[in-house]
Amino acid sequence: MKNQILMGLNGDEAVAYATKQVNPDVVAAYPITPQTIIVERFSEYVADGEVDTEFVAVESEHSALSSCIGAAAAGARAFTATAANGLALMWEMTYIASGMRLPIVMAIANRALSGPINIPTDHSDSMGARDSGWIQIYCENSQEVYDASLAAWRIGEHLDVQLPVMVCLDGFTLSHTMENVYTLPDEKVRDFVSERKFIKVEGHMGETELRLNPECPLTMGPLDLQDYYFEHKLQQIDAMKQALKAIPEIDAEYAKISGRSYDFLHPYRMEDTEVAILGLGSTMGTVRYVVDQLREEGVKAGLVKMRVFRPFPVEELIKTVGNVPVLGVLDKAASFGAPGGPLYEEVKTTFYDQPEKPMVVDYIYGLGGRDTSPQMIRGIYENLMGVLERGSVSDRVCFVGVRQ
Amino acid sequence: MSERFPGWRELPKGAVSPKSSIEYKTGDWGVEKPGIDLGRCTQCTLCHFFCPEGAITISEDGHPEVGMDYCKGCGVCAEECPVKCIEMVRKR
Amino acid sequence: MVSGLTLKEAARKPDGIAPGHRLCAGCDETVIARMILKATRGPTIATSATGCLEVATSIFPYTAWNLPWIHSAFENAAATASGIEAAWQAMRKKGKGPLAEYETVDIIAFAGDGGTYDIGLQALSGALERGHDFTYVLLDNEAYMNTGIQRSGGTPFAASTTTSPAGKVIPGKREWKKPIDEIVIAHGIPYVATLSAAWPLDVIRKARKAFEVEGPAFLHAIVPCTRGWRYPQEKTIEISRLAVQTCFFPLYECRFEEGRPVYKLSGPSAAIARRPESKKPVLEYLEMQGRFRHLFRPERRDDLIDSIQAWVDQNWQILLEKVG
Ligand SMILES: Cc1ncc(C[n+]2csc(CCOP(=O)(O)OP(=O)(O)O)c2C)c(N)n1
Ligand code: SF4
Ligand code: SF4
Repeated sequence: MKNQILMGLNGDEAVAYATKQVNPDVVAAYPITPQTIIVERFSEYVADGEVDTEFVAVESEHSALSSCIGAAAAGARAFTATAANGLALMWEMTYIASGMRLPIVMAIANRALSGPINIPTDHSDSMGARDSGWIQIYCENSQEVYDASLAAWRIGEHLDVQLPVMVCLDGFTLSHTMENVYTLPDEKVRDFVSERKFIKVEGHMGETELRLNPECPLTMGPLDLQDYYFEHKLQQIDAMKQALKAIPEIDAEYAKISGRSYDFLHPYRMEDTEVAILGLGSTMGTVRYVVDQLREEGVKAGLVKMRVFRPFPVEELIKTVGNVPVLGVLDKAASFGAPGGPLYEEVKTTFYDQPEKPMVVDYIYGLGGRDTSPQMIRGIYENLMGVLERGSVSDRVCFVGVRQ
Repeated sequence: MSERFPGWRELPKGAVSPKSSIEYKTGDWGVEKPGIDLGRCTQCTLCHFFCPEGAITISEDGHPEVGMDYCKGCGVCAEECPVKCIEMVRKR
Repeated sequence: MVSGLTLKEAARKPDGIAPGHRLCAGCDETVIARMILKATRGPTIATSATGCLEVATSIFPYTAWNLPWIHSAFENAAATASGIEAAWQAMRKKGKGPLAEYETVDIIAFAGDGGTYDIGLQALSGALERGHDFTYVLLDNEAYMNTGIQRSGGTPFAASTTTSPAGKVIPGKREWKKPIDEIVIAHGIPYVATLSAAWPLDVIRKARKAFEVEGPAFLHAIVPCTRGWRYPQEKTIEISRLAVQTCFFPLYECRFEEGRPVYKLSGPSAAIARRPESKKPVLEYLEMQGRFRHLFRPERRDDLIDSIQAWVDQNWQILLEKVG
């Protein structure tokens, strides 16, 4: 941590501070709790002349992402942030940003989607955008938020990737909670993020960088019908595959300058584990606390925190939990009418063809900000131990912390 | 047209368009085409502006030329020519 | 006079939109758009809202755009343009980035009446209020043509569209055309002008002024649509002309000077103001268009024709008062 400055930052401030250090060309954003601090802090940086960024105080989230799309298409680095209904209002544009292969970075201060309207955190907002073609990184604490807010640019702009990136942080639990964060010196950040890189494309007027270039005009966002649309989607599918290779590259580079190593999955006490929990975001801090207690009690408990949900790290997941007898999946979002929550479904899909696989139970929890206590997590482990003893799953999907 | 459609690796990323529409001929759309009596043409250039296709270009010496690859035969040019020197005639 | 902008010079300037696009034969959209693009000063970036112009010029793998162009969605042309402009401003400020070197970039947003009066009004208002340096072009064909002639806030009273059909009881659209120019002018932006393709030089000069002013400019073009208005395709320019000659769509400019809008009639409308007897009855305009056919057949609806004439007269009078 030599040369790093320890700062007290909440998650939103960590996003704003990292983004200040990146000094993107355009930030277009609209306030929504619990993301507001990001826009407010960033506006202060602009007002104080600490960044050269053009801050576009748009009149809606739809326009926020539309402006980012215009800016990124013009060759700028563009950033926005939102939550819940704001992300829902952007929905149309999320697909368009990824379809145009624009490496925009967006912070999501996760908040439960209306209705009824709610403000605290769950993952219904970003999970609803899981098929929008954005890379999704989920953070456990402010440090991770800061680090991801820097790495996101490099991941999205990687020449083999060229996709937009969402950095997800749980509303209030992270967005509004002050923590110690090691921050890099400005020069180190500048060297790391460097300048935006463009891929070359063969447009109708010749080869040019993928941007609105007055010297060699390109057409972006055409009408793309049955004969070509599918091929363009396959390119996006491939870009996500490339991201599986690019993310470890960028993470390794970041580890060199920061001393902090990241991966798709962060296993904890998974050596000889019999019961494990897989989940996303800040809850995993609570789970870790419970795992330590259980280990002291002699229970072979472990956890796996998933940091990157898109692209989904299939092989890593198989390697990490393939030989665990029982796996509980934490889903902070419901998928109405579906077999289970979104993370659960992907885990089960991952293991369907595997000869060796865990028994899997889905635990849907924390909707609308419902508190998730260590006691509840302990209850989940006890439940998982019951599955281990019985050797079978009775309830595939359980709802934790809800009154019957 | 036996066009071979390119595979996903061959297409430019980001769905940017690889071809100019000048490769797409619309000259077979209508049944009529303009015949310009250049002797009476005053070189006002209005037909160049009014043609929805941009099919009428102005040559070096100032007279209009109709690009038959693109003319859709709408008749706007003939209708608007101030000296009525354009007449619509059958394409074939 | 703006230099370099005679018709002969403009005619030699390469077109911003190439032939080979797939708009209907006789469509006015590219007529006006090509004129506007003749007025660009240099580096130009355009965006289009979803609609006829966008769709028919960009059917993959072909594009008719000879300049950098982006379409992202229907309701956000002004927001997309805001982002492009912000990108250019930021790069200039930083002195780096691909657009850093350009002294001027003419940033143009094209949108239809649906994309402006209705679904795009919020994004437009936001962009005008923020004061981005761009030109918004409203291509007003008075209905959602691309999706099959549905009514919009820009559709005139009594016009028959597929969602305001002339029926046995209701004779077409029941509401009057939304006063979009006044809504835009109320934002206090530096330049607003109305356009008709029948006067190419007027269009080109106004477009150049729009590019030259600092801050947002709004160009509102009347854009006859042969399919939706139901008239013979060769009549496109004639109808553009009649719209002005009847004062259904007067030509004027409005600059914002010293905190107030200053209106000025343009050539053909100024001539009518000087010689009121030259103003043609709106009947001539309505008669030519199938969308107003039910005003004449099976029986003639003088009541409706008269009320349209009264609407035209009143708006014209109000405009004359503003011009002073
Ligand atoms: C959000 C959204 N809603 C609806 C549509 C469908 N749509 C595409 S173009 C269009 C109408 C365009 O009308 P207008 O703006 O008047 O342009 P025109 O086609 O008449 O030139 C509609 C309704 C869409 N593309 N996106
Ligand atoms: S007939 Fe129509 S398309 Fe053909 S040259 Fe004349 S105006 Fe252009
Ligand atoms: S429907 Fe109307 S506006 Fe659309 S291309 Fe045809 S004539 Fe033009």
